[in-house]
Amino acid sequence: MSSVFTAKAAKAQASSLPWALWRRQIGAILRLEVKKNFWGRRALLIYLLAAFPVLIWFGLTYLDKQAHADISQNWGEAKIIFANIFEGLILRTVIFFGCAWIFMNLFRGEIVDKSLHYYFLAPLRREILVAGKYISGLVASGVLFGLSTAGSLFFLYLSKGYPSNVEDLFSGQGGPEVLAYLGITLLACVGYGAVFLVIGLFFRNPIIPALLAYGWEWINFLLPPVLKKVSIIHYLHSLMPVPVSEGPFAILAQPTPVWIAVPGLLLTAGVVMLLAGLRIRRMEIRYGAE
Amino acid sequence: MSAPREETIVFDDVSKFYGEILGVNRVSLTIAPGITSLVGPNGSGKTTLMNLMTGLIQPTRGKISILGISPTDPQALFRKLGYCGQFDSFPKGLTGFEFIRALLLVHGYDRQEAEAMSWRALERVDLVEAAHRKVEGYSKGMRQRVRLAQAIAHEPAVMILDEPLNGLDPMARAETIRLFRQLATDGLHLIISSHILHEVDMMSDGVILLNNGYVVAEGEVRGVRDEMEQHPMQILIRCDQPSALASRVFAQDSVVEARVHDDRRGLYIKTRDADTFYLLLNRIAVESGMSIESVAPVDDDLNAVYQYLIGSNGGQG
Repeated sequence: MSSVFTAKAAKAQASSLPWALWRRQIGAILRLEVKKNFWGRRALLIYLLAAFPVLIWFGLTYLDKQAHADISQNWGEAKIIFANIFEGLILRTVIFFGCAWIFMNLFRGEIVDKSLHYYFLAPLRREILVAGKYISGLVASGVLFGLSTAGSLFFLYLSKGYPSNVEDLFSGQGGPEVLAYLGITLLACVGYGAVFLVIGLFFRNPIIPALLAYGWEWINFLLPPVLKKVSIIHYLHSLMPVPVSEGPFAILAQPTPVWIAVPGLLLTAGVVMLLAGLRIRRMEIRYGAE
Repeated sequence: MSAPREETIVFDDVSKFYGEILGVNRVSLTIAPGITSLVGPNGSGKTTLMNLMTGLIQPTRGKISILGISPTDPQALFRKLGYCGQFDSFPKGLTGFEFIRALLLVHGYDRQEAEAMSWRALERVDLVEAAHRKVEGYSKGMRQRVRLAQAIAHEPAVMILDEPLNGLDPMARAETIRLFRQLATDGLHLIISSHILHEVDMMSDGVILLNNGYVVAEGEVRGVRDEMEQHPMQILIRCDQPSALASRVFAQDSVVEARVHDDRRGLYIKTRDADTFYLLLNRIAVESGMSIESVAPVDDDLNAVYQYLIGSNGGQG
């Protein structure tokens, strides 16, 4: 009886929450933030980062005739090379540093610009502000790094030649693999984004914690299986459509199944965002002290 | 009878320390509707008090209530409170109109409502013509006015304004002071920090003087002056025989100093008991038949009060 009552009470309480207002407020934050993330002066670095892998694949497939020929003749090996470059360059470097730049600046950048108080002076739950800013970061990173991954894949498939590339994409393994790479890109933004948003909230100078996180992600292959799980890259690595070797010195661990890796990453991001919500409630704005 | 908590701003034994540095200490205040000015030199705690009211910083000790609402409840507080800070910074790339509308949308208003409110606010600060220009291209005075428009756009009951007259030309200053007076007449609380003392004097109903994080005096400007009973008050008497008047008043206990004006058509006196002195002056005028043109206290303005209390010029210099 009491559990029924509790469930009813919880439902009543949930329905009394101003969801419509929060949706409107998140929408308003998104309009301001997405514009800033795409067109602000800080966006230039992200464009350069996102363009980097695409330019490399363009160079490999079009400027280097030998590489172009190798890809079309040895497609299986080309896919392994792509998987290695995707994990080593796109995931571990471009998306990692891109997300660090985008998400740490969501709050830190506004403190530097002395404009965060406008949000803090609105009748807005601070947790809603965190949610709005996080989603805006996801939109920016997801679009830019999604395009970066898609652009890299485009040049890879282009050099395979027509019509075999179309056949592979639409009736072979290509389609699901492309979707997997794009999904991993998005999940990387979700995971790294949450981590860097929190780092930007907790640390006045977030560079050192960001570098520590970078080091932790890089030595992941040397960590014992239990510690491997305390990272983002372990789950992303487990989701790779083409297995990537971690090298001769790696301590091997069973890849985490997809049904754990995906919800696990989302859950981790959720927990980290809760931490951000708790932090921002007590956050003070003192521009002079920054 | 004091106003109920829902109509006043209350500081209850509030202290704020930044690590070991004192922001404000043991502040207890009750601020009624009208214009209240916070006056003090740099570092006296004006901005700290304002930031405490808005929840931008939290008190180390004590409680604050704004019309019965705690600053830790932004959803309720900022429906009733508008803040115009001193930072000359804006979200990038927006026009004046877009700036105000965007923040009203963050408040949760729908687009139509937000647009109507934005125009009303821009009208009040006389910025309609520049509404579609980028804020980055505004003059300092225009940026100050657009910030003011943003703070009043949602029609708050309490306005907190940190140095709101900075950067405004004399005409805009006069206009803005008139707007403040209008808002105060409408029953709003206006808490204004400033170091332009004569303007504070002109527009304020009450004043809170701060120094080194402490409230050193509060109340009406003249009331604060009256509290300083031990400090002599200076009065200028314009008359035809200042020397004769000096010799007569100087014998009185209440007069501590008498000095003839440079133009020899007036007399400055300093008295510890103004009421007694005025009675004495009436008697002398009747008895001696001297012609007295005017009698005016010359130091009950805020600047003088500030100098007496703090030994400074209110942060002006």
